[in-house]
Amino acid sequence: MQLKEIIKAIDGRLIYGEEHLDKEIEIICGADLMSDVLACHIKPRTLLVTSLVNAQVMRTADIVDLEAILFVRGKEPAEIVIEMAKDLEIPLIKTEHTMFKSCGILYQLGLNGCN
Amino acid sequence: MRLDFTIISDDFFAAGAASARIKKSLQQVGIPTSLVRRISVAVYEAEMNIVIHAYSGKISLELAREKVRIVVEDEGPGIEDIQLAMQEGYSTASEEARRQGFGAGMGLPNINRAADKFEIESTVDVGTKLVMEFNL
Ligand SMILES: Nc1ncnc2c1ncn2[C@@H]1O[C@H](COP(=O)(O)OP(=O)(O)OP(=O)(O)O)[C@@H](O)[C@H]1O
Ligand SMILES: [Mg+2]
Repeated sequence: MQLKEIIKAIDGRLIYGEEHLDKEIEIICGADLMSDVLACHIKPRTLLVTSLVNAQVMRTADIVDLEAILFVRGKEPAEIVIEMAKDLEIPLIKTEHTMFKSCGILYQLGLNGCN
Repeated sequence: MRLDFTIISDDFFAAGAASARIKKSLQQVGIPTSLVRRISVAVYEAEMNIVIHAYSGKISLELAREKVRIVVEDEGPGIEDIQLAMQEGYSTASEEARRQGFGAGMGLPNINRAADKFEIESTVDVGTKLVMEFNL
């Protein structure tokens, strides 16, 4: 499923990544603890759903090559974090929905989880 | 190839920069993607453990013909019970570290899983030393 379709489904907004809207997302990983993400075998085309908006999210995204990041509960990262995303070319999106609701919607769309 | 980094505790913004540089360098010399992933995950966990649990530390990486050897050494409180620290879910991370996304108690187990060889030594009130090896 393309990133732009995901944005629509979760009533989301793009923070950075106009040029990445056509990216394909196949797997969803929901986590607020970075070691939980690092413990997973993150496959290509994975979207991370998280309520953490700090620089460590981008570090983690870089290390496991996340395709995109969705911030829940209306949280917005600082400008410096957005700059890191631009450098890494990892699109960022946000939604007002909670973690539970966001993941629920994505699950219903038929997307798979990481394991 | 040899790379050396100095890590300072409690700097949550710079934290992870050494691991990012190591990942890039390994990619540039043509190490296979899956191995680069394993090495960067392990180094990042070790780097974050210095930031969260210790005072300061050093990471050194040596790329030899048949393996990558990484030594991470810190000055810090040390680990009293290594067996306990190696258990999944065990964590003494502070509230601040948890707010930053750490404290799952998965770091050392992640390193152990990622590396082909992993050794940990620690002296209370002195520091901790990790040696990890990855076969090429
Ligand atoms: N370098 C270190 N110095 C002192 N104590 C450490 C060090 N590394 C780990 N520990 C101790 O071992 C525990 C387990 O470490 P581990 O990396 O597995 O989990 P964590 O750092 O608490 O959380 P996570 O890595 O999942 O974010 C830590 O909570 C801490 O008590
Ligand atoms: Mg840790």
